[in-house]
Amino acid sequence: MVKFSEAQLAEFNRLVARYPEGKQKSALLPVLHLAQDNFGGWLSSETMDYVAELLSITPIEVYEVATFYSMYNTKPVGKYMFEVCQTGPCMLRGSDDIIAYIEKTLGIKPGETTSDGLFTLKTVECLGACGYAPMMQLGKHYREHLTKEKVDAIIDECKKTAGVLN
Amino acid sequence: MGVKLLLAKAHVEGIRGFDVYRREGGYQSVEKALKQMSPDSITEEVKKSGLRGRGGAGFPAGMKWSFIAKPEGVPRHLVCNADESEPGTFKDRYLMEFIPHLLIEGLIVSSFALNSNDTYIYIRGEYAWIVDILEDAINEAKANGFLGKNILGTGFDCEIHVHRGAGAYICGEETALIESLEGKRGNPRIKPPFPAIQGVWQRPTMVNNVETLASVVPIINMGGEEYAKIGVGKSTGTKLISACGNINKPGVYEIDMTISVEEFIYSDEYCGGIANGKKLKACIPGGSSVPILPANLLLKTAKGETRYMNYESLSDGGFASGSMMGSGGFIVLDEDQCIVRNTLSLARFYRHESCGQCSPCREGTGWMEKILHNIEYGKGKISDIDLLWDIQRKIEGNTICPLGDAAAWPVAAAIRHFRDEFEWHVNNPLEAQEKNYGLAHYADPIHVPVTA
Repeated sequence: MVKFSEAQLAEFNRLVARYPEGKQKSALLPVLHLAQDNFGGWLSSETMDYVAELLSITPIEVYEVATFYSMYNTKPVGKYMFEVCQTGPCMLRGSDDIIAYIEKTLGIKPGETTSDGLFTLKTVECLGACGYAPMMQLGKHYREHLTKEKVDAIIDECKKTAGVLN
Repeated sequence: MGVKLLLAKAHVEGIRGFDVYRREGGYQSVEKALKQMSPDSITEEVKKSGLRGRGGAGFPAGMKWSFIAKPEGVPRHLVCNADESEPGTFKDRYLMEFIPHLLIEGLIVSSFALNSNDTYIYIRGEYAWIVDILEDAINEAKANGFLGKNILGTGFDCEIHVHRGAGAYICGEETALIESLEGKRGNPRIKPPFPAIQGVWQRPTMVNNVETLASVVPIINMGGEEYAKIGVGKSTGTKLISACGNINKPGVYEIDMTISVEEFIYSDEYCGGIANGKKLKACIPGGSSVPILPANLLLKTAKGETRYMNYESLSDGGFASGSMMGSGGFIVLDEDQCIVRNTLSLARFYRHESCGQCSPCREGTGWMEKILHNIEYGKGKISDIDLLWDIQRKIEGNTICPLGDAAAWPVAAAIRHFRDEFEWHVNNPLEAQEKNYGLAHYADPIHVPVTA
């Protein structure tokens, strides 16, 4: 069953307290981030219903938001998601080649997850790192000035963290 | 070396922390504003400074402040727009990442001027690590008496909250941002009422860009009149430019708006010239939605005069032969770049980011992307170029918010200035898969008609 821990509930209350009394729906976006981070990297309908209940709003109010914003995953994703920017300024610096290289190396297309559940490749639109292109977001941080060698190193780093490569 | 007002201290070691920032003169504007000035006199200084909104629209900030409604007993809110998402733009990120206290300081002064006791920073969701940097800065400011209850004993209370978005370019539009702050989809509102009258939770709300609010700090410290002496004409103060694309030194630069575009691109102090010894083909000088210009029209106006890095000069000639300062996202394309491919990439961006509310934008952006895709991949017709022109004309001005215009302008400008490159793609579909159109005549000197 989906349920926040005590610590997560404390964070939930901290988020809700930022907004005026009765305007707790304003905390929806931050709370969905909290839920996604803690319930497997995606928002199941069970998770969304739980968030609706916590915020005293209807489930549809959560669904319509979760499907509007690109950072919320409404399907399961791999443990590591490579979100590679493909917009103009990154394209000028070779993002197409980086995306093609990741596709070849991991054997997946954008939107797909490797069969071991480790990696998802996602192409995204401008992340505000145009001067440090090409780039990808991995978890909370950006990986910039990407080269094929750097991509290899990132893949190895993820595998090591996951314990599948020594 | 031009004047630096925002980033002069950005690389002092430890400036991200309160102690070093304070030692370097930080938070003086808060002391001056809260102890010696009234809210109205702060707004007056901002008006005198000539500061124009740094998010892209360039609307006079002081005048915008003067629009805020002051109904009795209704709280007002300042909201800092940190939803930086315009392709080519990464200046606000840089400011928040390296000198976060400058933004917090600007926010405190501005909150006092606007009487906002609860101020929000709406930051794009992807800048997740910057949320931590800002919250640390807020906590430090609070621990030192610059935020919270009864700031510096003046009786003014203020809290700053960081609200994280979740990936939507449209939330940079102020009414969409407000909807998002209320926990909804980022669908822009129909105006009026403007946010200054009815914004978040139906309360008077002022939405300003990060750089705009940070600029309030030097304005208060030096006075509006002194600030207005920097720069030229209605381009006062300094402007952050985020430079990217095919240049030697991509990055964020603070300029005083008196330098020429040529100097900005080629001098070692700024972009350091075109990368790999290539030639300049084109440039989008103010973020992806402003018109792209070929090299010749970028460096000189249609009248043959030097073009400068400021609001007036960049827009000289209107859309026929000029562009815009926009957000300061300066995207440079070298001779190897394909205009059709670049336009396709931007069209895909706007299709992805359209909120879907208005038919011309929702349908038009998708349609433009499909046609550009056909042209790029050798399946285009000459009539497609006219069709693209027709579609962009029917989007512009026919939508609730400016995203429609932002999607139409790049396509319009690409066809206006690079029509022969589009035609070459259509007429040589196989060759266009193998090689690019190249520099062609886009850097040739422009014929300036001589009048007696």
